[in-house]
Amino acid sequence: MSTPLPKDQEFLLPASNTFIVSSLMVALLLNWLPWHGVWLALRPDFVALVLLYWCTHRPYRVGIGIAWMTGMFADVADASLFGQHALAYAALAFGGIALHRRMMMFDLRQQTLQMAPVLLLTYLVYAAVHWQLHGYVAWEYFLGCGVSVLLWAPLTVLLQTLRRSRAAPGKL
Amino acid sequence: MEQTQSFRFFNRGPTPAVRLAFFALLSLLLLFVDARYQYLESVRKIVSVVVYPLQRIVTSPGVLWNQADEFFALQRNLIRDNAALHQQHTIDSAQLQQLRVLQAENQHLRQLLAVQQRADYPMQLAEIVYAERDIFKRKLFLDKGGQANVQAGQVVMDDGGVVGQVTRVYPWLSEVTLITDKDHAVPVQVLRSGLRAVVFGSGDTSELALRYMPVSSDIQQGDTLVTSGIDGTYPPGLPVARVVRIERDPAYPFARILCIPVAGVDKQRQLLILSGLPKLPERPEAVTETAKTGKARRRKP
Repeated sequence: MSTPLPKDQEFLLPASNTFIVSSLMVALLLNWLPWHGVWLALRPDFVALVLLYWCTHRPYRVGIGIAWMTGMFADVADASLFGQHALAYAALAFGGIALHRRMMMFDLRQQTLQMAPVLLLTYLVYAAVHWQLHGYVAWEYFLGCGVSVLLWAPLTVLLQTLRRSRAAPGKL
Repeated sequence: MEQTQSFRFFNRGPTPAVRLAFFALLSLLLLFVDARYQYLESVRKIVSVVVYPLQRIVTSPGVLWNQADEFFALQRNLIRDNAALHQQHTIDSAQLQQLRVLQAENQHLRQLLAVQQRADYPMQLAEIVYAERDIFKRKLFLDKGGQANVQAGQVVMDDGGVVGQVTRVYPWLSEVTLITDKDHAVPVQVLRSGLRAVVFGSGDTSELALRYMPVSSDIQQGDTLVTSGIDGTYPPGLPVARVVRIERDPAYPFARILCIPVAGVDKQRQLLILSGLPKLPERPEAVTETAKTGKARRRKP
């Protein structure tokens, strides 16, 4: 990011459907990597982050429905109950859409602070469903939540850079 | 939020809150159905058809890495194991050699034991301490001496036959002169014909010679020579040698007869010392000088 754009223009960078879908796909694949032990506990939820990114930057393209569908895929892959991830991601998407106007005015640090409760809400929903099903709260999920929050800024920078490189030079 | 909704220019469908409520309800319904009933298994299977290959792709680098790691670990382990096994093999083969020696020794000792049980004479087992390295004076030293009641003149044999004779006794050692010694003679008898003879050592551990046998004497190749017991030193009937070659040359008065000892004269480690030979009556006094001269005088005229 050699020449930082104005914040409102950053949110206007182009995003093709292919790019959105592939980014979600990559996030899912990252989630499905064979994580083990401590790394599994520390694993950030890449899908949640990418969904949140798109929900805040393209709220009318990626909404609750797409988040919910993605959650269904995650459910099948994780062999969790149908709807567990879906419910969490739907709540996440709602949070992202509700905050997306505010996000335009904030820099990355402030965005991170805004995103933390949303991600925490997602994890809470997930943990609550888990608690309802299995009878205990899996606290190690919340470690991943912390890592996810920390990853918000780098992920945003990365996706912005990718979108910028896809945009025709000089168009913006 | 209410206000922004009322001023919307573009119809974008239901508000996020409504959508959230819808999808949350759907999720909860699915959760409930999935937790309580098995209806959704087919749906799960269909979705997993899409998801499973992706999961495989994602996990494949890890699997490959594990396999490669295993492969190299295997290689390393194999090399290490191979080296260890080689070392072990060397040690084992050395031990095996020892074992073979022990086995042979054991077998030999058993044979000696059998001889000991067969023979009428008390025997004692002795081990060769060292052998003198003089070619012309093949002598052995056994680890039994005067302390073990070994006496000079006792016969030393192994499971095959006579090896030699104790010629000198030390407190803890005894010196054995082999029958193959150049100065050693054993009175023998041909087992087949009963012909008496004396076998001499030749100085070579694998050779004995029957000397002073007339060309016409009844002796054949392969005849076994046993001690005759005539001299009172060797008990009768112990195998000594086997005839291997007879050269009868009429030009010479005596046949040249070569024998080989039946005992492993230079082969064994343990030998038997025969003791307690039967006492022979004293040899009658040799003809005195005067008698000799008398005889001579009587013949002469």
